This record gives sequence, structure tokens and C-alpha cells, in this order.
Amino acid sequence: MLLRGVALLAACFVAGQILGETLGRFLGIQANVGGVGFAMLFLILSQNELEKRGLFHLEMGEGVNFWSKMYIPIIVAMSSVQNVRVAFSNGLLALLAGIIPVIACLALMPLLSKLAPKD
Amino acid sequence: MEYIITFLDKNGLVFAFLVTGLIMYFSEWISKTLTRGKIPGSAISIFMGLVLAYFAGLETLGKKGIADLPGFSGFELMGGPMFRDFAIVSTAMGASFAIIKKTGPIGVLSLFLGVIISFSVGSIIAYAMGITDAESLTTIGAGACTFVVGPVTGTALGASSDIIAISIAAGVVKSILVTIGTPLIAPYIGLKTPQSAMIFGGLMGTTSGTAAGLAATDPKLVPYGAMTATFYTGLGCLMCPSVLYFLMRAIL
Repeated sequence: MLLRGVALLAACFVAGQILGETLGRFLGIQANVGGVGFAMLFLILSQNELEKRGLFHLEMGEGVNFWSKMYIPIIVAMSSVQNVRVAFSNGLLALLAGIIPVIACLALMPLLSKLAPKD
Repeated sequence: MEYIITFLDKNGLVFAFLVTGLIMYFSEWISKTLTRGKIPGSAISIFMGLVLAYFAGLETLGKKGIADLPGFSGFELMGGPMFRDFAIVSTAMGASFAIIKKTGPIGVLSLFLGVIISFSVGSIIAYAMGITDAESLTTIGAGACTFVVGPVTGTALGASSDIIAISIAAGVVKSILVTIGTPLIAPYIGLKTPQSAMIFGGLMGTTSGTAAGLAATDPKLVPYGAMTATFYTGLGCLMCPSVLYFLMRAIL
């Protein structure tokens, strides 16, 4: 049962990523377009569907939950393999072009939040 | 000594689990004793990861942080995009489809605004610092989107390799800034609901930075932020070498 959960997650991952890669190809760009997002939608929808039919076992959920708990350790490992040295040694232009656009975008947050629908 | 390093490299993923566990344990301890729980342990461990990557980079002059150190090669797998994306997708379980659908249109708007503003501000800075040709300006503006959009755009337009390097560096700076800054700025920009996380993901884009920053802020927000952020790089790669490049040429 546990592995069925992991397999379901893997199925959603593969389907979503291939869809993202295909979409990228179709648009003629060398990038994955929303693969992770599609995979997440597949997971949410298939979980709902399985629950409706009474086929979603608790243990299947645990197989997926394990990976969502591994998320932070994986992010820690990810940050420890970044090219941090280059980010700080490539001069003022790289630093400014990395920092100022973020601040400009953040300034829009409150405005867009006002436009968002409430629950 | 030699055989131990060979052993660790061979069993890299398991050793990476061990080292990451130690980093997190140590960070949890710092969080409790030095900050009295004010800064979450996860935020400290992500920051420690970046610090370790910086010193490893100084030591080895490599590109892969501590994965370039002998014995630590397993970090490349554990911290690579496969596990990262797999874990991000898993966080979607239990996320509300209703909220995603309702916030969808505003999420798309924030994606477009995020790409266009990052690109414009990034290229204006480059212009102010003395760069004048359309290809280089476009590449650096694209780098201000993410560290993938920069080199993809630069390669497509035939920008020089030092400009591409700057665009990658700008993207990495952005990703690190979002990682560290998100938990600190979250209370001031109202980043506490799934809706706001979706807008945030669209505006920031950098999947790694957004996901790490949200994880340190509130893990429940991760799937919503990642949902929009995952479309950002694709949209950037689509717009920067085409529409935004043509606009740039028209302006100059």
C-alpha cells in the first residue's frame, strides 16, 4: 500500500513533467513549461477521484507524505550545491540586477493581494 | 583515507542524508538556544547550506557547492532537480483545488507582471551601468528573471559568454535573496494565505528560491507558491528572446 502511494506520486510526476517538456518543445523553447504545476494538479485530482471511489487508503497517503516531509532536507541539500561563490564574485552589476528587480516585484504584492478573491 | 572517500562517494546519497541531518540538528539547536525559536530551524539550515556552498566554492573553485568536495558528491543527487521537483509535487497532496482555481487568473497576471518587471528593471540597471547593445541588455534582463532564462536567452541571441555569466549570477543572487528574505519579509507583505503564496510565486518565479523561502515561512504555503512559480521560467524563456527582445530593439 505504501508503495502504491509513492507510485501514484511518481506517475503524476512523470506525466506532468513530460507534459511540461512537450509544451516547451511545442512552443519552440528549451525549457520545461509548468511541468511541476501539471504534476501537482494531477496529484490533487487523482487523490480526489480515488477518495470519491473509496480507493484511497491511509497508507497510500503516508507514501506521499514521506516525500513532503523530506522536502526541507532536500531544499537544504539544494542550497548547499548552489554556485554561491559566482553570485558574489561576479561584480556589482550581477548583484544589483539580482536584488533590485525582486524589490520592484515585492512592491506589487499588496496591490495584487487586494485583487485576489477571498475565501 | 583514500578508501574512505571512495566509499563515501560510492554511497553518496546515504552520506548526504547523514550530513543534511547533522546540519538540520545543529540548526534546530541554534534556533532554540541563540534565537529562542524566533528564526525557524529550517530557515537557519537553508542559510547554513548556502554558507557551506560558498566556502566549498572558494576551496574548490567548482560550480556545485559542497558536491565538489571529495566524499560529498551525493549532494548533487539529493539537492538536484529530480528530488526537488518530486518533493515539491508531493506537497500538493491535501492542497485545495478550489483555491487554486479561484486564484488562477490573478496568478497568471502576477506571472506576466513578474517577468516583465524583472526584465525591465534588470535591463535598466544594465543600461545605467554602461551596457548599450540590445542583445546584452536583453540577456541581463532575462537573468533578472531566473538563472535559467538568462543563459537560454543569451544563447538564443548570441550574447557573449561574460554577459551570459553575469545573467546567471544575477539569477543566482535573486534565488538566494528570495530564499533568505521570504521568511523575514512575509509579515510585511501579507504572505500568509494560499492566495498570497500563489501571487508571490508568480511575481518571484525562481522555483528553488520561492519553494525554499516559503518552506521557511510556512510549509503549508509551498504547494501554492510552487504552482505558479513553475510556469515562470517557461514564460520567461518564451518572452525574453522574442517579444521583449523586439521591444528592446525598438526602444534603442
